[in-house]
Amino acid sequence: MKFQNRLSALAAVALVASLGLTACGGNDSTAADGSSGGKTTVTFLPKNLGNPYFDTSDAGGKKAVEEFGGTYAEVGPDTATPDAQVPFINTAAQQGVNALVISADDPKAICNAIGTAQSAGTKIVTFDSDTSPDCRDLFINQATSEGIAKVEVDQIAKQIGDSGEIAILSAAANATNQNAWIDLMKKDLAADHPNIKLVDVVYGNDDDQTSFDKTAALLQAHPDLKGIISPTTVGIAAAARYLSTSEYKGKVALTGLGTPNQMREYVKDGTVTSFALWNPEDLGYLAAYAAKALVDGTITGKEGDKFDAGKLGSFTVGADATVLLGDPYVFDKSNIDKFKF
Amino acid sequence: MTSSVLTRPDTPATRTYASYSRPLWQRVLLTREMAVIALLVAVLVWSNLNVPNFDGPLTLYFLFLDITPILLIALPMTLVIITGEIDLSVASVVGLSSVLVGLLHHDAGLSIPAAAAVALVVGAVCGAFNGFLVSYVGLPSLAVTIGTLALYRGIAVGLLGTTAVTDFPEKWTTLAQDRIGTSSYPVVLVPIAVLAVLFALLLHFSPFGRGVFEIGLNDEAAHFTGVNVERTKFWLFVMTGAVSALAGVYYTLRYGSARGDNATGMELQVIAAVLLGGVSIFGGRGALHGVIAGVVLIGALSSAMRLESLTVNVINIVIGALLVLSVMSTSLLAWLSALTSGRTNGALRLGKRRQAAMHHRKGDQ
Amino acid sequence: MTDLMLRPSRVSPVQRAAGTVLRSREIAVAAVLVAVIVVTTLKSNSFLFSSDGWRDLLLTPCILVPLAIGQTVVIVTRNVDLSVGSVLGLTAYLTGRLFLDHPGLPVLAVFVIGMLAGAVLGAVNGVLVAFGKVPALVITLGTLYIYRGIFLTWAGSNRINASDMPAGFLKLGTASILTIPVLIIIAFVVLAVVGYVLRTARGGRELYAIGSDPDAAKLYGLPVTKRVLTAFVVSGALAGLAGVIYTARYGTVSSGAGYGIELQAVGAAVIGGVAIFGGSGTVWGAAIGAFLLVTINRALPIVGIQDFWQQAVVGALIICAVVLDRVLSARQARRLVEARDLS
Repeated sequence: MKFQNRLSALAAVALVASLGLTACGGNDSTAADGSSGGKTTVTFLPKNLGNPYFDTSDAGGKKAVEEFGGTYAEVGPDTATPDAQVPFINTAAQQGVNALVISADDPKAICNAIGTAQSAGTKIVTFDSDTSPDCRDLFINQATSEGIAKVEVDQIAKQIGDSGEIAILSAAANATNQNAWIDLMKKDLAADHPNIKLVDVVYGNDDDQTSFDKTAALLQAHPDLKGIISPTTVGIAAAARYLSTSEYKGKVALTGLGTPNQMREYVKDGTVTSFALWNPEDLGYLAAYAAKALVDGTITGKEGDKFDAGKLGSFTVGADATVLLGDPYVFDKSNIDKFKF
Repeated sequence: MTSSVLTRPDTPATRTYASYSRPLWQRVLLTREMAVIALLVAVLVWSNLNVPNFDGPLTLYFLFLDITPILLIALPMTLVIITGEIDLSVASVVGLSSVLVGLLHHDAGLSIPAAAAVALVVGAVCGAFNGFLVSYVGLPSLAVTIGTLALYRGIAVGLLGTTAVTDFPEKWTTLAQDRIGTSSYPVVLVPIAVLAVLFALLLHFSPFGRGVFEIGLNDEAAHFTGVNVERTKFWLFVMTGAVSALAGVYYTLRYGSARGDNATGMELQVIAAVLLGGVSIFGGRGALHGVIAGVVLIGALSSAMRLESLTVNVINIVIGALLVLSVMSTSLLAWLSALTSGRTNGALRLGKRRQAAMHHRKGDQ
Repeated sequence: MTDLMLRPSRVSPVQRAAGTVLRSREIAVAAVLVAVIVVTTLKSNSFLFSSDGWRDLLLTPCILVPLAIGQTVVIVTRNVDLSVGSVLGLTAYLTGRLFLDHPGLPVLAVFVIGMLAGAVLGAVNGVLVAFGKVPALVITLGTLYIYRGIFLTWAGSNRINASDMPAGFLKLGTASILTIPVLIIIAFVVLAVVGYVLRTARGGRELYAIGSDPDAAKLYGLPVTKRVLTAFVVSGALAGLAGVIYTARYGTVSSGAGYGIELQAVGAAVIGGVAIFGGSGTVWGAAIGAFLLVTINRALPIVGIQDFWQQAVVGALIICAVVLDRVLSARQARRLVEARDLS
């Protein structure tokens, strides 16, 4: 009896030791150090990882960071939800990162976490999707929201003959940029295109499978649908893939914001006539340089501040601490082969 | 048939009281709970020394904020698992209460405390539904809670769609994250400590708690010794529902966002922490100090790994492996001790050989 | 009714067979499925009567059906396999990688490799459950985490894009033979094979025995460990198959592939009549349950209910199914006791 107990006890201790070794064993530090000897640390936190749009923009950011001799890191959640971004903001604060470049999943929800990071000395730059202006230090906008909304509406109107039913396949329901564009699109439709009716807005959550299934559901639920706008690169790619194998190919117009690499096949086979975007690599590049300027103190986010952004030239800060990249660009069969992102 | 048939197979020498009693230090220290606590201390010490920024002021603070919902739910979940049942719907109740707080505050204009109270009541009702189906209708808790997991999560998502309510008064969101004075300890530790003490008293020092252990060991026997099995289980599920709703209120205020899919997957983290803390999945044994250590251990490991810039997947692999190992270790230990006393029916035999079979056959002649 | 339990039935065999079939759970679930389809088609003709509608009706469940079948095999033995979602994700990514790294691989080879990979992952579960004597719930919970973690570590933030797949494989996603999609034909073949084995083969019948009363099965001499291990291997292999089918249908595999689908698989099996405590239920019921779940999901937006409510509907269905099972088995037990007392 006693022998059994002692043996069990010994086994328990051995197991604990081995479990302890398991915990100790695998963590060799190749950690991104907070302030590695004076180099500016910049961490990119996109809406979620595994999204080709953010892969490109963060690669642009990485190029910029390497150009000015800083340390680059990219972290992000699997799903584009605001509470999933908070732990990464917290970790950045703990690590003492100099600048955090975020594409926000929600305008207000991450503000508390950002506040803690800011009091730990981190500069916060948002790009692509903003938070509410009092939360962050600077916002890098890819194009004016009005410009994006107008180009989308103009394209769909041209493709369906300016009358009929359309639907919008969006990303996450709370994404700041999506909601801004959708509101402006609705205004534009009401003002300039009275014969076009917006029947539905569905959300694909920037997940390929969800967007694919939602497209199928849209076509089933609205048999008279003539066009779909998808202002998200994941959504338009999934919708194009569904449309190209469905009987609605060519009958339902599809446009939105997409990357040339993902859309090339569908433009060539006629599923999609034209779509728009800007260069996400430039966006990330500009965001990284803006972050560096903030960290160095060259700018403070006030309107009129000027800073230099490497090969893109010099930029001025506009109202609401926003920096504008440029205008959206329309891709179609004639020019899509020129671009490789 | 001679009397040797009636001779019982060799058992250890007549058991005396002395054989059962071990010195206090052994009874306290050589337990699974202590193993987990020792492991926790080892991980904390190692991380403090080796992981960059772990010794910073923000680490403990974020650690406690992160583990609060899991710790809250683990407390009643321990009791549920000790009775041999399980409740997989806890994360869905968190999501539902989160949605209710958001909706009631935003659309119905209720103040946060009022919305929270309603959410708590709804959580208790959800738990009561679970409890009713499990104890009074007699359904297996695994099936019921898989169904209610989908049902409650579905109601949460259905009520709010895929939007999130993120407009919460700053007074409450900061309270959820406030510290005690200027220390690293958040204010939420106070209600957690109070609840932990209450549950410990309930489980280890009250007749209700003794009933819980009895049900886990043998619920028919418990019934005959006077424990009201149905009522006990029912109230355990109600407690789990109410505490999950409380965790939901905290989660909403801490992240400032009420979404239908908040805390998806949290039930697995809670169960992993509870099982890691030494509670047996078969029911009948467990203690709260082990569970609390288990929750903090998982939190500390996640925190350390995040600071090492290890991605979420590695963290998940480690937690999954810990869960499997900790549960297997009970079986392993039982097998090892069975080996040494030779009770393995022909498998590897070490130690004294049992003569049971031989005796029996001899008796037949 | 008690009379029938004491004396040979005076009803003709044909009537008896018809009676069993009509009173069976599978027919009830199939009736619900037909009702859902009818109601939705009344609202929108194209749900059933357009080529897209018919194709999607049969095609969309093609991922859930193999999962439900595999889950049935495990549940029948009184276990559960929660890791199938992660296995699906892992094998889906493996399929994509195989095509990326070895472009000339024949499609059949990819199917086989996918199923083998799934079988290996299932075998890990089986070994831990059968030899470790630990409840399958906990083990598969752990392997759910572990496999998902391995998948994410391997994939990084890469994804398999549809443009990386050979066109022939992607065509499989929508190809049909006589208007029936190929992918669902594969699922039906698997259904037929597994259903036949479970019903007629000795190994299959023993699974039911093990689920009904594990202690009695052990004392009777059934090779419990071997059978439970095989059940988990089958579940893993079918999850692997589902992963390959997933890649064929969606073309893109991201890190969230298969997340949460294990609960749908368990739900489909339970709705289809498989008792969660093991010992009864058929794969036909599970397959019909899978069809029902997926069709409800697709039908909701057409009927005008936001598809956000889909999960709530699934949960309600599962609870109703479990309660119904309980009520029926209690009634059956009471009748048997009455019959025993009479005789």
